[in-house]
Amino acid sequence: MSDKELNGAEIVIRCLQEEGVEVVFGYPGGAVLFIYDELFKQDKVKHVLVRHEQGAAHAADGYSRASNRVGVCLVTSGPGITNAVTGIATAYMDSIPMVILSGQVPTNYIGQDAFQECDAVGITRPCVKHNFLVRNVADLAPTFKKAFHIARTGRPGPVLIDIPKDVTAATCKFEYPAQVSMRSYSPVVRGHPGQVKKAVQLLTEAKRPVVYTGGGVILSDASAELLELVKMLGLPCTNTLMGLGGFPGTDPQFLGMLGMHGTYQANMAMQNCDVLLAIGARFDDRVIGNPEHFGQVPRKIIHVDVDPSSIAKRVKVDVPIVGNVKDVLEDLVRTIKAVDEKPDRQALKEWWEQIDQWRSRDCLAYAKTGNIIKPQWVIEKLYEVTGGDCFVTSDVGQHQMWAAQYYKFDKPRRWINSGGLGTMGFGLPAAMGVQFANPGQTVACVTGESSIQMCLQELSTCKQYRLPIKIINLNNRYMGMVRQWQQFFHGNRYSESYMDALPDFVKLADGYGHRGVRIEKPADVEPALREAFSRKDELVFMDFMTDQTENVFPMVPGGKGISEMILAENL
Amino acid sequence: MRHIISILLENESGALSRVAGLFSARAYNIESLTVAPTEDASLSRMTLVTSGSDEVIEQITKQLNKLIEVVKVVDLSEAAHIERELMLIKVRAVGKDREEVKRMCDIFRGRILDVTDGTFTIEITGTGSKLDAFVEGMDKTLILETVRTGASGIGRGERILKI
Repeated sequence: MSDKELNGAEIVIRCLQEEGVEVVFGYPGGAVLFIYDELFKQDKVKHVLVRHEQGAAHAADGYSRASNRVGVCLVTSGPGITNAVTGIATAYMDSIPMVILSGQVPTNYIGQDAFQECDAVGITRPCVKHNFLVRNVADLAPTFKKAFHIARTGRPGPVLIDIPKDVTAATCKFEYPAQVSMRSYSPVVRGHPGQVKKAVQLLTEAKRPVVYTGGGVILSDASAELLELVKMLGLPCTNTLMGLGGFPGTDPQFLGMLGMHGTYQANMAMQNCDVLLAIGARFDDRVIGNPEHFGQVPRKIIHVDVDPSSIAKRVKVDVPIVGNVKDVLEDLVRTIKAVDEKPDRQALKEWWEQIDQWRSRDCLAYAKTGNIIKPQWVIEKLYEVTGGDCFVTSDVGQHQMWAAQYYKFDKPRRWINSGGLGTMGFGLPAAMGVQFANPGQTVACVTGESSIQMCLQELSTCKQYRLPIKIINLNNRYMGMVRQWQQFFHGNRYSESYMDALPDFVKLADGYGHRGVRIEKPADVEPALREAFSRKDELVFMDFMTDQTENVFPMVPGGKGISEMILAENL
Repeated sequence: MRHIISILLENESGALSRVAGLFSARAYNIESLTVAPTEDASLSRMTLVTSGSDEVIEQITKQLNKLIEVVKVVDLSEAAHIERELMLIKVRAVGKDREEVKRMCDIFRGRILDVTDGTFTIEITGTGSKLDAFVEGMDKTLILETVRTGASGIGRGERILKI
């Protein structure tokens, strides 16, 4: 520790450096001018200038999802932070570790309705894991230490630090705390050994077991442990939308995604299993549908989650295990090896025969003939052209579900989407974050003509930083998922879901300095993708004119049971 | 079912709003809530009265524990506990009512804190239901104003909530 005093802004930058932060996504403004001045004077922390604060939050979020590092964004007070709120809430719903730095009016102006003042800690309180208002420059360093610690440990989440302008100008000595200890915060890591034993007993006695995993497996980097467990016992495995890539999508033991738009086999297996091992997943409404219907079939549930409040929230659980998913999986594997018991082979064989029968319904089949581009076909070709090995971000709607269904993710952190909050506009800025976290890697953004327009301005950021993202715009001139619900449940009354007066996306891409292409024939899909992905240094905006009437199947209507699916073949 | 929950939390600005915000965001009901610093000035002790099914109460305690500033949570209703609430009640007291109000006050072991020509201000301490009974027993037309603190609770015997 040197005796030299630093100002608050210098301390902010030093804290980021101490935390190993390489990239900050942000947008300057009055309250953060001192911080931007310090950013200017150094070159360790790279700043990425977005075009809207929502983009900054999504980019930091995408960066985190694709790298397992804490994403950082920096915004000014007032509209700066309110613009970022959608991005913060998105990260919160999906438990993404992020630190958001927001400027605030000087401490003596707080509460005076000053220019660009808003109660940032108040407005973000329900959508952050925790937040701080730093009133004293001496509190800055300890607050940063706590914020990063809280963001990345336990069930991760976004943490906001609100910093008044005068605090960034005041000075004090700088010492970054080596450790953090908080009497009120100590997340559980290891699962209870007794509970682990009970779980192993249930799993080895099971006749119709299923493993159902969510985003928790990705967040705790536990795919290898999951694979070992599933292989060891020969279990069928399904992933939630957030969990895709946690288990290899091409593995024969993978049943596909489950839930509202899950596969027939995954949903049927989920409903009819006798022992369910749920790992890092939370039985939400889009996954199990109606909990009463789900509860009609007796089954034993083992639930592993780092957050105790996720357990027994929507379904009754027989063996709860609170702990970090990776550690609990290690313990499960070790215990299974020690007891040397295997599930009933005969029963498991019969269970797999049943599953294969469900699988034979081929629920993702669709008509491939005709002159109109099928959106599913675009995703299948995207998978082929990229060798199944690129980062895919998405927005929200039909295109998101098709990407989840038809792109088989073998690795974790490759599928980046807003599952919990369902934020349209997430895809493009998230792709920027993914690209910064993985320079030189291929990043695709699967989107729709409605979603992409919600954060379209970030095309300018992509140009500034030469981000060679490939945008796959499934353009059906409708808010597709809204239209689908209106068709099924609102008597074909397509209220305000038709996208009229769409821009010419090719010209638009061109206007931003990128390459734009329109693809109108099925035969042109693959060549266009090959051409686009061969351009390693260029952003290519591919505007695919797709079938306006296509729907996402299977579908579990809202409020129905998970096995009460509408299949394409029924219509 | 009614539950009385005790919470030990960091005595920091914003901690109270996190608890209150949690209850409104998740649609849990709050019957009463009291909070004040403890003998350790860095900690506040909160007593919260709520009601709900066992599942709801389990979620409430889990969600409270999740708040970063919450140090400890205990559901006092799970075992023997003591519960007290204080009420200040101002009543119209003229003529023969003065005697009657004084008698009611004695029966409920209340104390008259302030007297004017036309009013008594009374302090009553007890469980919530005792205070309810006092208000019920009082002639409604005489009541000018009531202030209640909400319940404070503590476990019986050796049962303590401390860090």
